[in-house]
Amino acid sequence: MAGLELLSDQGYRLDGRKATELRKVQARMGVFAQADGSAYLEQGNTKALAVVYGPHEVRGARSRSRHDRAMINCQYSMATFSTAERKRRPHGDRKSTEMSLHLKQTFEAAVMTQLYPRSQIDIFVKILQSDGGNYSVCVNAATLAMIDAGIPMRDYVCACTVGFVDETPLADLCYAEEGGGVSSLALALLPRGGQIALLQMDARLHQDHLEALMEAAMTACKGVSKVLDEVVRLHLQEVSVLSAE
Amino acid sequence: MKDTPLSNCERDFLLKAIEEKKRLDGRQTYDYRKMKITFGTDYGCCFVDLGKTRVMAQVSCELVAPKESRPNEGIMFFNIELSPMASPAFEQGRQSELSVKLNRQLERCLRNSKCIDTESLCVVSGEKVWQIRVDVHLLNHDGNLMDAASIAAITALCHFRRPDVGIQGDEVTVYSPEERDPIPLSIYHMPISVSFSFFQQGTYLLVDPCEREERVMDGLLMIAMNKHREICSIQSSGGIMLLKEQVMRCSKIASVKVSEITELLNKALVNDKKARKEGGRCGFAESLPQERITALKMEETSVEMTDATERAKDIVQKADARPQKVPSPVVPVPGVGQVGQGLQNTWGLEEDEDDEEEAEECDSGEEQEEAVTKMEEERHEKEASGEV
Repeated sequence: MAGLELLSDQGYRLDGRKATELRKVQARMGVFAQADGSAYLEQGNTKALAVVYGPHEVRGARSRSRHDRAMINCQYSMATFSTAERKRRPHGDRKSTEMSLHLKQTFEAAVMTQLYPRSQIDIFVKILQSDGGNYSVCVNAATLAMIDAGIPMRDYVCACTVGFVDETPLADLCYAEEGGGVSSLALALLPRGGQIALLQMDARLHQDHLEALMEAAMTACKGVSKVLDEVVRLHLQEVSVLSAE
Repeated sequence: MKDTPLSNCERDFLLKAIEEKKRLDGRQTYDYRKMKITFGTDYGCCFVDLGKTRVMAQVSCELVAPKESRPNEGIMFFNIELSPMASPAFEQGRQSELSVKLNRQLERCLRNSKCIDTESLCVVSGEKVWQIRVDVHLLNHDGNLMDAASIAAITALCHFRRPDVGIQGDEVTVYSPEERDPIPLSIYHMPISVSFSFFQQGTYLLVDPCEREERVMDGLLMIAMNKHREICSIQSSGGIMLLKEQVMRCSKIASVKVSEITELLNKALVNDKKARKEGGRCGFAESLPQERITALKMEETSVEMTDATERAKDIVQKADARPQKVPSPVVPVPGVGQVGQGLQNTWGLEEDEDDEEEAEECDSGEEQEEAVTKMEEERHEKEASGEV
């Protein structure tokens, strides 16, 4: 899209944010009663719902159960109304399967699966409105849902998508910024140890800029973790007040 | 068919060897296996051998209507086939996780990095564009499928020639190869992927894992770069946690490897061009080595001999003197014979059961000896009857 300035001279982006600013995060935990853990997260205009069931017995193929740890099963889907054009195949296509695999990989690294041998933990994530950073929003929502379900994890898993425009890293890309051939890096981080659970990058980026981009991504993820922490504490306060009565 | 699981002792052996910085085939940690690139008879057909991993890529083109959102750009389509020919673990038809992963990685590596000028593939804007289809078939799986597939795909794209098209007003004529020489695609850069495998929670790192190493690895990091040191794609997979320094180190190694591979690729393309011009034979059958025994000669296998003599001397000095006489069987209890002292049992059982264990071992030892002698007698009988 020629003529659309992703970063103006004064340092403002398309939606008025500065380069390192994240979008507004609003989240709720314990959204559904049936599921063991659930969460709803909005990051700017991207809205995602995450639901966690487990740990429970392995369904389906018994041979898939691992004798020393729990297996994590993820399903990522986008609602048909989530994108500008109606999505004809919400799940089962290659991109959704790839996303599900990435989510599974991210949480296998973070969840303490050795505590639940021979069982299965299901994570279902649905994107209700897609405005960029789909993977990151899913990971954040799924983290909250895991915490709501009470499944022990090593640390919060926070993710953020960053892009590189005009020698500047932009944190938390929206859809318009993602589409313009901008090199985008999606990073899932465990903030306290600085360990990267998943790293994914598309589009050309010169090797020398990689370090700066990764630094920006890690800082953004740490910002997200602070927000998630606040959300969790607030939720616990509300729940404890209600149950104390 | 389900893959045979890796035995624990093989896994331990591989991990221990990796800890000592040794690999099964004698490579160093950052070494690639021997790579060979050959071309088929048609333009756009390429075979890549990475050690024993064999991959074939074929590029074909077709005139189709363009996508509505991009009316003046051609379409690129990638497909990796995991045929059961490559490994008994692959099943025909089923879209397994590995298949999805490889397909998506190849798509992201080649399509999102815009290595081909898609606008040059447009014939009539909004009506007819070229659809370039790259089919990669795995012929033999010996590890590191992603790298082999990416090299094969980009080489095939460089090798491919599409038919020439002439436009006169509203008429579009597609010339056959006999009428006009086909023209190559316009390629901006050549992204090549390099795979790094991590072991023991990220402590050890290997480049270009073979199939055995892939089975014991914790996770994989794939970095696709081109020779201008631009990173086209990064993907981490497996449940490992990386640190930023590890990723930076891998990207530096990748840039070195990519420049070597790109050189090899260009050399292969130039050689093939020369061979075709001279009218030499080319193709799959030609690329297979002729197995003719003209002399009894084998390739030298490299064996690490750096401190072999010292270690041998060491072992000889430290070893106990061989016992001069064979120990005679001891009879602890009537009806039971025991020769030698059994090894310490490593079963971790309580000491009370040790005595029972020892008695049982003696019994089974005796039975085994009897069985062995019986088999030898039978064999002698068979040999005698065979001769007669």
